[in-house]
Amino acid sequence: MKPRDLADLAFRNLREAILRNTLTTLGVAVGVASLVAISSIGVGLQDLASKRLSQSGLFDTIVVTPKNTFRGMGRPQREAPSDKPARILDDDARKEIEKLPNVIEVYPQVRFFTEVRFNNKPFATVVAGMPDSSRNSGSFDGMQGNFFSSLTANEAILQIEFAKDLSEKPASLIGQDLALRYAERQALPANDNSSNTAGESSGGFSVVPKELQLKIVGIVETEPAAGYGGYGNARLLMPLATASTLRAAQVNDLRDIVRDNAANKTTYPSLSVRAKSPSQVEALETSIKAMGFAAFSLLDASKSLRTFFSVFDALLGIFGSLALAVATLGIVNTLVMAILERRREIGVLKALGAADSDIQQLFFVEAGVMGLFGGFLGVFFGWLLGRAITFGTNVYLKRQNLNPIELSSVPWWLVIAAIAVAIVVSLAAGLYPASRAAKLNPVDALRYE
Amino acid sequence: MTNPVMPHADTAIQLEHVSRQYTMGEATIRAVDDVSLSIARNEFLALLGSSGSGKSTLLNLIAGLDRPTSGSILAQGQKLAELTSLELARYRCNTIGMIFQSFNLLPRMTLEENIELPLRLAEVEREERPGRVREALERVRLTHRLGHRPMQLSGGEQQRVAIARALVNRPKILLADEPTGNLDSATGEAILSLLREVQQQLGMTIVMVTHERPLAERYADRLAIMGDGKLLSASDTVKEAAQ
Repeated sequence: MKPRDLADLAFRNLREAILRNTLTTLGVAVGVASLVAISSIGVGLQDLASKRLSQSGLFDTIVVTPKNTFRGMGRPQREAPSDKPARILDDDARKEIEKLPNVIEVYPQVRFFTEVRFNNKPFATVVAGMPDSSRNSGSFDGMQGNFFSSLTANEAILQIEFAKDLSEKPASLIGQDLALRYAERQALPANDNSSNTAGESSGGFSVVPKELQLKIVGIVETEPAAGYGGYGNARLLMPLATASTLRAAQVNDLRDIVRDNAANKTTYPSLSVRAKSPSQVEALETSIKAMGFAAFSLLDASKSLRTFFSVFDALLGIFGSLALAVATLGIVNTLVMAILERRREIGVLKALGAADSDIQQLFFVEAGVMGLFGGFLGVFFGWLLGRAITFGTNVYLKRQNLNPIELSSVPWWLVIAAIAVAIVVSLAAGLYPASRAAKLNPVDALRYE
Repeated sequence: MTNPVMPHADTAIQLEHVSRQYTMGEATIRAVDDVSLSIARNEFLALLGSSGSGKSTLLNLIAGLDRPTSGSILAQGQKLAELTSLELARYRCNTIGMIFQSFNLLPRMTLEENIELPLRLAEVEREERPGRVREALERVRLTHRLGHRPMQLSGGEQQRVAIARALVNRPKILLADEPTGNLDSATGEAILSLLREVQQQLGMTIVMVTHERPLAERYADRLAIMGDGKLLSASDTVKEAAQ
């Protein structure tokens, strides 16, 4: 029989037992819906995690520190000992790293302990300089107020807990000024009596108290991760360029004195290097280590995360498929019933010249059509279910004063895969009934009342 | 009595020592037992016999719906034993037309769709089908009922539709299994009259199973009588059989 005639007959047969076939198709739809809904949440969670992590710069960022630093607090040094001499992380080194291929930006981590005065009351905190790229990192999504108006603005964004320390009504702080008191590092003139040779020695530096007025422009829920090498949580954020110009005394300053570092030369405790993509991090890390610095990235952690989500998705898929497995039994049941009901009809078709393969294909097409419709309906129901779960979750999050999230995600590949799975599973369910119908003895079938 | 006949150019169907046995538990039932029979082209043969005599089984064997346990069947030059299942289906589709006692029209389809069914199976082009359906319905004088469903028709009309369906693929052999069994005598006679008319117009071979001897004598060219699976007699003419 020609495909069009086969389809005509199959649709006619399905229409004849419309209630039963609709219920069976709905069964497939429910199975597919559960698969799609659960998978969409798996995909959504993965997207959410990947987006947050990639925006945070954790997986495309390398933290570069001088070798033999006392930072790391006992963290094992992963790199093998090298015969390269330890280098100072200064502006020259920064420029050199910036020239490496696939580097988007290199910025220092400027973090320092300091005191903030607000309404004539002192508050101790850690200040961090935020690079302009952090604007799009997602960390500032849903913040109150605005991001810094310019790269060099004297503006501050407060972390919510810190804002609560300053005022009972944190939102009212936006637009107000606060005073940042910090210790500025000033170079001392070189000591002529020094035994050190010129160029290598310094006269050290003095620490001068300074004050800067900052305008509060925003309040953020959590501390944005500006890399991951900071000292404690920064609760006051300011533009990186502004923070850098302060020359505020930092924890590596004492070490610099011990090492005879030139006092008027900027050195960094660490630099964050952003690669174009996480795939280039490994090569970049190797190049930086070859320059004589210590480098660290979270690439391995990213790989583990991907493995975790693959297993997580597979498990969700298995649970989601259980309903589809039950629906498959429904198709088998419906088609076996159809054989019993249409036994005589099958006999007539064979007497009129239908081949076994015609009968087999007819039942296959009927199973496939149920799968196709069930698949489409199921994807729609699954998407709807995902939206409902997302909506419910966001209502809960809102009550908890948390930002809404996009919990479910139905990408195109999931739509196509779900429909394909529905059709394949339905065809598999049609295998036994189709074969049984094809093998019916026409003489017996014609005698059947 | 068996009459082996050598195949002849004018032979439409040639049965040679055809047997069909069934096994039920330990017992073997010989539904058709060593039947040899030759049916000429354009002949109208009536196969008579009591219930269980094996005439319907023999008809199914000729139709290719069943295969003989032994013996051979040659129909329109095709040795049925040598045909595969698919080839047998093609043979049923293109060479054979069948009508049944209970009409066997598909109740959910209209008359037009019922008659079109063999054309679909024979993969006749869609554009050609309406003309073929109308032609078949004209032969049985039912063109005005095209869109009706079988249940809206009388028994005689349903059998005429079944005849139209059997004719639509222009078969060389028409097999009728008790075509008047569910009809009153007047309607039965009308159906046989129609069959005879169609046979003469189209030049077909008809093998009809019946147990209504008077009707068979009036319309068939020749009678063959079966009993206990055996062919008891096969007259050369109806007159001879009557004697």
